[in-house]
Amino acid sequence: MTNTPTRRSFMKGGLGAGAALAAAGLAAPARAEGDPAITEIQDWNRYSGPGVDASPYGKPSKFEAGVVRRNVAWLTADPVSSVNFTPLHELDGIITPNGLCFERHHAGVAEIDPHKHRLMINGLVETPLVFTMADLMRFPRENHVYFLECAANSGMEWRGAQLNGCQYTHGMIHCVMYTGVKLKHLLDEAGVKTNGKWVMPEGADASAMTRSIPMEKAMEDCLVAFRMNGEALRPEQGYPLRLVVPGWEGNMWVKWLRRLEVGDEPWQAREETSKYTDLLANGKARRFTFLMDVKSVITSPSPQAPITHGRGRTVVTGLAWSGTGRIKRVDVSLDGGRNWVTARLDGPSLPKALHRFYHEFDWDGSELFLQSRAMDEAGFVQPTKQELRAARGPNSIYHNNGIQTWHVATDGAVENVEIS
Amino acid sequence: KTHGVFHLGRPATADEIAAWDIDVRPDGHGLPEGRGTVAEGEALFTDQCAACHGDFGEAIGRWPVLAGGQDTLTNDRPVKTIGSYWPYLSTVYDYIRRAMPFGNARSLSDDDVYALTAYVLYLNDIVTDEDFELSRDNFTSVEMPNKDGFIDDDRLSEPHYAGKAEPCMNDCRPGKAEITMHAAVLDVTPDAEDGEGSPS
Repeated sequence: MTNTPTRRSFMKGGLGAGAALAAAGLAAPARAEGDPAITEIQDWNRYSGPGVDASPYGKPSKFEAGVVRRNVAWLTADPVSSVNFTPLHELDGIITPNGLCFERHHAGVAEIDPHKHRLMINGLVETPLVFTMADLMRFPRENHVYFLECAANSGMEWRGAQLNGCQYTHGMIHCVMYTGVKLKHLLDEAGVKTNGKWVMPEGADASAMTRSIPMEKAMEDCLVAFRMNGEALRPEQGYPLRLVVPGWEGNMWVKWLRRLEVGDEPWQAREETSKYTDLLANGKARRFTFLMDVKSVITSPSPQAPITHGRGRTVVTGLAWSGTGRIKRVDVSLDGGRNWVTARLDGPSLPKALHRFYHEFDWDGSELFLQSRAMDEAGFVQPTKQELRAARGPNSIYHNNGIQTWHVATDGAVENVEIS
Repeated sequence: KTHGVFHLGRPATADEIAAWDIDVRPDGHGLPEGRGTVAEGEALFTDQCAACHGDFGEAIGRWPVLAGGQDTLTNDRPVKTIGSYWPYLSTVYDYIRRAMPFGNARSLSDDDVYALTAYVLYLNDIVTDEDFELSRDNFTSVEMPNKDGFIDDDRLSEPHYAGKAEPCMNDCRPGKAEITMHAAVLDVTPDAEDGEGSPS
């Protein structure tokens, strides 16, 4: 520690640290001046730790036990058709660890024996085909980093500030490196007929999810993926096979992918009529709102990550993304959008992937209204929630990419608010 | 080696395709042979569906409401059901057949699904005769009330996107920011009426 902790930050900084210091002081009177974390020999400095045979598949430190997916029970009728949230406030960089990627299932996690998994292509093709996983591993592979955002991410916030933490307001998103086969290769293998204009992926789980995807998108950049961040897909992410639909709403990234049908019209499945259609104020609803628009959020400080170090040097960090392509710029405001400064993008800048931004400043201890505003390489600027509501009303459920405001109080506590 | 560039995979058999390809489109493409009446559907619904969806499609707890809500789409709290919102009857048949009952999917016969679809039409006052029989032959003649309620994605015409203007950087809004709404803690419930506040 380079700064002497203030009394306030000491109290806020965690009872754990304070209690440990007090206990150490009682148990072993200081033999020397200074921090007992330095002046006293620690257990981990004295005793051997676990061997290389203790943990064939490693887990995070027990001190990171709070870095977990969380769900909100009241959001849905049943946890089997429900969602949980990525702990964005605890993460950095742009890659989401596999075990923390948010989950959204419609009939729970299918447990599929990869040896019994098949992928069928049928419909308007020259030769309907069946592939085994072994067959799919023999196609040319590609690696791409993409974000996957649920269409309903931030959906609970359409009517105003509801959930207190970016994990809940923005955590239906993850970003990993996918390894897979271009969907185009598979479709070409079957031979799409000239009137084949739409592709319908179908899942093997009990919800048998289906969506209609335009052929142009299927041929452009969709992948049939079997790895994430280097290892096999997690069961909750579609093991052994899922569709990757870069930049488009997460519902279309069909997991446990077992079938691709080619047709000349969309199917109008439940997930593109009843759901994933966006009701406007005039009673009409938009359908086929595939693209996830330019968006950002400050992940720290945030309600679950308050400022505990007191005034002085402070790191503001967050994520920005756009289904259109790369993020060109992120601006940060400390005063609720009155004035903006351009943040520093750091790390890889990849199309349709998360981007990490930072803004470092000296906090004087006064209250802040933190906002971030992303701009993508096509020139689209993230709108305010007021602008979105003016255009759509409050009942669209999906595609809320409005600017988020965090109120930082003088004691460093942070709250999700809406402001004038 | 009759297909493709990589000569991988093998041709699907007709029986394999028939086993998996059960999807139905608005034009009736994919509908199987079969039929079922409203009265038959009512009995099935009571046994298989009402525990979640209620005897009249009104729903138990936060499970989906299937009936009612007509003319509420411009309300502050719209009630989106099969009758008030869904554009195509094919979606009802297709979804029940592939995914319902929740927890026991693929357990209904094609005739069962026709009967249940007929009963859901009855619950929504789209058909009024208990003797009405739905079949492949008359399926596409049924029109849903909200069939014209959908438009294609026109987000990019919204004012905040259309201009692609360089955003304001300084003195963008007058006065100090004032809080108009605080996040409640996690005991708030979005729209408890029909669960549409949830990402369902």
